[in-house]
Amino acid sequence: MSDTTMTRREWLLTDRPQSRTQARLGRAYVTWRRFTANRLAVIGLGIILLLLFVAAAAPLLAPHSPYIGDLRNARLLPPSSTYWLGTDDQGRDILSRLIYGSRLTLQVIVLVAIIAAPIGLLVGTAAGYAGGWIDAVLMRITDIFLAFPKLVLALAFVAALGPGIENAIIAIALTSWPPYARIARAETLTVRNSDYISAVKLMGASPMRIVLRHIMPLCISSLIVRVTLDMAGIILTAAGLGFLGLGAQPPLPEWGAMIASGRRFILDQWWVAAAPGAAILIVSLGFNLLGDGLRDALDTRSGGQ
Amino acid sequence: MTPALSIDKLRVVYDDFIALKDVSLTVAQGESFGLVGESGSGKSTLLRAVAGLAPVSGGTIDVSGQRLGKSRDKAFYRQVQMVFQDPYGSLHPRQTVDRLLLEPLDIHGFADTEKRIQRALDEVGLGSGFRFRYSHQLSGGQRQRVAIARALILEPSILLLDEPTSALDASVQAEVLNLLEQVRRDRKLTFVMVSHDLGVITHMCERLMVMQGGEEIERLEAGDLATRNVAQDYTRNLLVASEGFVRDA
Amino acid sequence: MNTLLHVEDLRVSFPTRTGVVEAVRGVSFALGQERLGIVGESGSGKSQTGRAIMGLTPQQAEIKARRLEFSGIDLLKASPAERRALRGNRIAMILQDPKYSLDPVMTIGRQIVETLRTHEKVGKAEARERALDMLAAVQIRDPKRVYDLYPHEVSGGMGQRAMIAMMLIAGPELLIADEPTSALDVTVQLDILRILDRLVIDRGMGLVFISHDLRLVSTFCDRVIVMYAGKIIEELKASELSQAKHPYTQGLLNCMPKIGADRHPLPVLDRQPEWLL
Repeated sequence: MSDTTMTRREWLLTDRPQSRTQARLGRAYVTWRRFTANRLAVIGLGIILLLLFVAAAAPLLAPHSPYIGDLRNARLLPPSSTYWLGTDDQGRDILSRLIYGSRLTLQVIVLVAIIAAPIGLLVGTAAGYAGGWIDAVLMRITDIFLAFPKLVLALAFVAALGPGIENAIIAIALTSWPPYARIARAETLTVRNSDYISAVKLMGASPMRIVLRHIMPLCISSLIVRVTLDMAGIILTAAGLGFLGLGAQPPLPEWGAMIASGRRFILDQWWVAAAPGAAILIVSLGFNLLGDGLRDALDTRSGGQ
Repeated sequence: MTPALSIDKLRVVYDDFIALKDVSLTVAQGESFGLVGESGSGKSTLLRAVAGLAPVSGGTIDVSGQRLGKSRDKAFYRQVQMVFQDPYGSLHPRQTVDRLLLEPLDIHGFADTEKRIQRALDEVGLGSGFRFRYSHQLSGGQRQRVAIARALILEPSILLLDEPTSALDASVQAEVLNLLEQVRRDRKLTFVMVSHDLGVITHMCERLMVMQGGEEIERLEAGDLATRNVAQDYTRNLLVASEGFVRDA
Repeated sequence: MNTLLHVEDLRVSFPTRTGVVEAVRGVSFALGQERLGIVGESGSGKSQTGRAIMGLTPQQAEIKARRLEFSGIDLLKASPAERRALRGNRIAMILQDPKYSLDPVMTIGRQIVETLRTHEKVGKAEARERALDMLAAVQIRDPKRVYDLYPHEVSGGMGQRAMIAMMLIAGPELLIADEPTSALDVTVQLDILRILDRLVIDRGMGLVFISHDLRLVSTFCDRVIVMYAGKIIEELKASELSQAKHPYTQGLLNCMPKIGADRHPLPVLDRQPEWLL
């Protein structure tokens, strides 16, 4: 056969894959090419990869300690060659705090995504497929959660559970699943009466199997997109809780808390609040661009060609 | 011999719309029975009711002498399978052919899946080159072949065919009809086929029922259409219409 | 017979990931005040031919032709504004599914009136009057009621009639009908064809009837063009279709199940590579 003469690209794009792996890789490659065709999305991905790298290599990258400052000589210094982004009121290097803070930001994002997305997916697909009273009960619960403003509900949770980064994460996760449930349900309703789901039913598959193996995979891509777009909001909520003193506690270098402490000097020492503000802005933007790109790349309706 | 399928006064009601009004029919084992009618005649509803996809609100359905209840068990689906009209809508958009064919085997706990998938693809004339393709990489005719392979892989004795070729080009339709006839002969299957096309129905079925508005209009032998031995005006109109356009003089 | 439409060596090509795909490869025909059928299977380029004449080809596609002329107007040189003015006014098109072609949030009557008023200066009352007349002309029994209905409130056949009424309100000289009846029941199908037929006879309209249904085309049209893989492989009088020369046309005619003919298995089309040349 001509397998040996085929380039890797031809192997991926072939119309006649020879194995499960090849079919799956080929599909992934097509999605990847669609994604990379969008310049902004690639920039977004770059920002997120940079965030990951910075968080992973924080001890190597940070020029100073994020917790211990030089209170005597280095309080509220403007950006200079020793302190690239200046120092805060405790004499700590802001750049180092930002670098370590990226770990907290990532922790919040990942945990919220891991908790909220599956809850939403499960509730939404179950409600959408089952219909009837199960649907009514699950969706009313969702509506109750949706009716509260996110930050207010999170505040109430934190007030009850006590301040701290873990509780903030739980609070944000518990308040952010309802939109995912709504999306998953809407998506489920569009496919539940389709012939291909009927066909699986005719194979004798149980409702559980249909939801888990046939409907969920169809909902996941729009959910990924939505979660990515929500990341920016999650970062902001976490920062907001930090800003209000209910999230990460001092001396943790959480970006929101950093802005809060920099607020007092905002007129004279603007860089103290501006640097974490810019960091939040850039990472939020990164997630938004990535989400937009994923939406186009994962869209099955335009897929195929 | 117990009939393969026996339906008595079957009634299907959606909200307050009666889609099927007390229709009865009996299909012998190995027979091919046709349902003809225009949209809204209830012909597809009848098939779906047998398959358990439409709400039955009256009447009974017996498959090989066994009365069917509200829900269908796994054993039922080993006996009765269905091929849908739109080959573009009946295959899961995110699954390869391999996965589509593996699913029924997996559900029913078959062990020799590799061999069965291979054989199913060969039987419908697709070969292994198509095994790991996604449905969007297939043409309409190829998709319908996959759908037939999926329906046959559980070795049912009754195949419900809901306009299996109406979305296909004429040349592909001929190939798929030939394939269906061949598998029916090889496996001694019972067919219940729905179509709006009188030509297709007379080609495929020995007996047929003409339906309109959820009711039976009349019952015919395939030969009756050729000899115009029909009693009802409605059927006669369908026959005339199927011959194409006639310009008024 | 005066010729409405000249098409010479029409080519439509689409750039894709794997290279340029030519959907239409050198199609030529002329159309007068007659019913011309274009028959072919999916992928034969019949729809793209119709769309190219109408100016509805997707943006990324490239259209080339030695001549593409509608009553003296060079369609390839016409500006987008000129083509818009032609579209709906002098050239109209009916598509397969009315559900996608009618605006779902506007009543049928208003859609017809709007179409009329974008092409002609008429008062509101007169426009309404003409829309009602048009609905009656396409054999809608109760035009006043249908006028105020939304597209989802009418059946497929009624929707298609409303669509035809909308397309014909400005009195086009050329109508391109792309599978106008394929989604409909046979009996409704013939009603629609009868309406189109009358329009050709009474108004002297030119009709391009694109369909996959050989039997329908051969009984309805005057002339038939058979397309295969982007090319015309045969052109003949509809009444002489049964004497078709090309093996593809013969094969297509042959492979349809017929009432009374007992052929098991059905003859299938044996596609020859030289048909592609």
